[in-house]
Amino acid sequence: MAGPVHTPASSLEPLLSLRGLTRRFGGLTAVDEINLDLAKGDLVSIIGPNGAGKTTLFNLVTGLDRPDAGEVRLDGQPITGFSPERLAGLGFARTFQLGRVFGNLSVMENVLIGAHTRLRAVRPAIPLIGPLLELGLALWRPASVKAEEERLREDVRAILARFGERLLPRIDQPAYSLSYANRRRIEIARALALKPRLLLLDEPTAGMNPTETAEMQGLVAELKAEGMTILLIEHKLDMVMRLSDRVIVMDEGKKIAEGLGEEVRNDARVIEAYLGHGLARSTVGAQETAA
Amino acid sequence: MASWLDYTINGLILGNVYALVAVGLALIFGVSRLINFAQGSIYLVGAYIGWVAVVGLRTPLFVTIVVVAVASALVGLIIERFGLRPLRNSVRIAPLLATIGISFVLDQIVMLTFSPNPRALPSQLPDIRFRIGTGTIGPLDILIACIGITAALLLFVFLRYSKLGWAVRATAQDRDAAMQMGVDVNRVNQTVFGIAAALGGLSGMLVGMYYNQIDTAMSLHATLKGVVAEVVGGAGNVPGAVVGSLLLGLVESYGVAVFGTSYRNMFAFILLILVLVFRPNGLFASAKQAPPEPLTGTFIAPSSPVRIPGLVLGVAFAAFAVLPLLPVSNYVLQTLINAWIFAMLALSLTLVAGTIGQVSLGHAALLAIGAYTSALLSLDFAVPVSISILCGGLMSAALGTILISPSFRLRGHYVSIATLAIGEIISLVILNWETVTRGPIGVSGIPPLSLFGYELVGTGSIYWFSFAVMVLLALLQVRLLGSHIGRSFRAIRDDDVAAQAYGLGLNRYKALAFIFGGFAAGVSGGIAAHLYSYINHETFNTQQSILALTIVILGGLGNVAGAIVGSVALVGLPEVFRIAAEYRILIYGIVLLLLVRFRPQGLLGTV
Repeated sequence: MAGPVHTPASSLEPLLSLRGLTRRFGGLTAVDEINLDLAKGDLVSIIGPNGAGKTTLFNLVTGLDRPDAGEVRLDGQPITGFSPERLAGLGFARTFQLGRVFGNLSVMENVLIGAHTRLRAVRPAIPLIGPLLELGLALWRPASVKAEEERLREDVRAILARFGERLLPRIDQPAYSLSYANRRRIEIARALALKPRLLLLDEPTAGMNPTETAEMQGLVAELKAEGMTILLIEHKLDMVMRLSDRVIVMDEGKKIAEGLGEEVRNDARVIEAYLGHGLARSTVGAQETAA
Repeated sequence: MASWLDYTINGLILGNVYALVAVGLALIFGVSRLINFAQGSIYLVGAYIGWVAVVGLRTPLFVTIVVVAVASALVGLIIERFGLRPLRNSVRIAPLLATIGISFVLDQIVMLTFSPNPRALPSQLPDIRFRIGTGTIGPLDILIACIGITAALLLFVFLRYSKLGWAVRATAQDRDAAMQMGVDVNRVNQTVFGIAAALGGLSGMLVGMYYNQIDTAMSLHATLKGVVAEVVGGAGNVPGAVVGSLLLGLVESYGVAVFGTSYRNMFAFILLILVLVFRPNGLFASAKQAPPEPLTGTFIAPSSPVRIPGLVLGVAFAAFAVLPLLPVSNYVLQTLINAWIFAMLALSLTLVAGTIGQVSLGHAALLAIGAYTSALLSLDFAVPVSISILCGGLMSAALGTILISPSFRLRGHYVSIATLAIGEIISLVILNWETVTRGPIGVSGIPPLSLFGYELVGTGSIYWFSFAVMVLLALLQVRLLGSHIGRSFRAIRDDDVAAQAYGLGLNRYKALAFIFGGFAAGVSGGIAAHLYSYINHETFNTQQSILALTIVILGGLGNVAGAIVGSVALVGLPEVFRIAAEYRILIYGIVLLLLVRFRPQGLLGTV
């Protein structure tokens, strides 16, 4: 296996760790015994051909799907099979491959949903009483609730400002009326509003043109520089190579390589997975000749 | 004394009849992912065509069967061509609403043509029974079994060996791929609707002959039974639908044997809820399937609500508030009182169906809970009326939410079926729980409306009371929609997966929506009970649920002002134009169809 597991000296326990994570659909093993450690502040990219199981892995980590075997730990605590809403409360925020914004909600409202877990009214987890208190607070709206909402709205404006003039002028427009790229931006803004401990980005630049991709790459680099822990699925290898601390390559559900960008790029199995068997042999051959 | 063998034969025969309906539903679900709520209406139409043929034209049995099958198939083709094909590219809620509208229009046309009185449908077969062991079997039983088996065989041969049959199966497996391979999907849809309607019509005729009675109320139950059988077998699974039907027939037959006929329909609905909750893919689905990627943001048409200026709202409020002081007739006021009561129900439904996207078809049951609670508290425990109405609201909120909670796990069309079934169960409990609800006799002598001990005398004061309560509920709802809860509701409606991923507990917010909406519906039912002074288990029926849904769609889903405008329009206008009661439901059905087709966002737009 390429490259040792790289852990910054600052933290002993990885923030997120996956052990033997497996998910089968009928005869197909979509995710096959995946191990992964992600330290605080790391940016790890997952690459691999379509159907390799990358999004299924995201679904397993964020609770939208349950693994058949294996374990997920956050700060060493087992969180396998937790519901997505509980994981959101623990600081998991994700974006979706195909883009899932709330079409009839305005940009502001979409991003405010991201801050949902931060609302004080939703905190009390006491069954029955908690929800009724929440209903009461929503109808009564004392000054503290109003102040909190105002504060969150300020936060949202600050987050939207990171996208320059892309979203701010459209803040009150319904999301369905925005361009595709802007809807992807809303998703990322929504994820940031959660103040995530772990940000999972599923192909954030899919369908974007080169300028937009460069902007997105700049934003992800900024987030990384601010110390955000990021798991990234991306097909644009150039971006992956520039941003990642480590790259994981998946094919047919398995992790076939892990390491620094350059190491992975020249791994024969990776080339084979991407280009198919016959081609890969000749390409590797050509590379070896060139070397 | 009938033997167990008799109950088994009876169950299998019933199952055969349900299978004819369920197979059609499964075929339609297979190719268009649609639960056809109009299937029961075709069954009704089939029964009446059979009656016309047998009693009117005196056709021999074989000819009757052909006439019923062909005529029903024609009705199915018309529904597909004019009701559903234009909606092919609309949001998912549209065809669902369209089949509900079509079903009401068809039922009402039959009722207006033939009157609601039951009619006898003779089977033209000799009335003899053959003994088999401890049981007996008649020629009609054999005929039903033969038709069932023949239909199944024909269908099998058609699907397996004909080119069009392949096209049907290909479309069911992957519609887009089938289209790309040159399959004419319209023709497939047409075929499937034709077959489904022919089978459904035959089923209606056979049931009519079996009980020697047909009436216009059979439609809704046929739809429900067919859907139950289909869901038990696994939606879209044709052989599964047959097995599910036989199972349902047996469960009902044995259930009746043990518990008596008044619970007959309960078994089907309880079976439905159990299957939906525990085996949503049906009893025969393989345990593990890749979870289908739910469609995103396509359930409700995107639109922006019409902003009504505050001045207009103020003027409208003032005008309606001073109305009793003006020289208007009591008749106008009474009509508007009715409109305000429906507006409360519509507020409740627009929150549940529109804001959080749970299209409930059993909403009248919430009215019933509120009405019975308030009526019984004031009658049996001498609770003051204003307090008993409040208790009715709270009871609807609490009990209604608990009873509807099994549907929280479901999505889209399944929510509608489940709530419809839950509504029917509540109505059956009211009918059968005689010690509390007084059973079929109903509750009479309910004390009139009063406030702080003063009886509301005169139409004017009742008008003000209902108007004030309605406005209060509307204002509360507006306040709720403006809070983080309103935002969360709408997010769940637009994309429940993304909402969950951001920490929104689906059960929590669906429950809150039903608690809030249940309260408004319960208050509405309570006021209605004291206004009518008599209620029974049929006072709050599915027709009111559908009227409420039409009001909500007319006003715009989730739109508070729309719910009120819609109520005044649909409850008030028919009165103004003095349209006879029996034509109203027909009009509601047509309005629903036109809205779905031409203005799905309603008058004031989705919020």
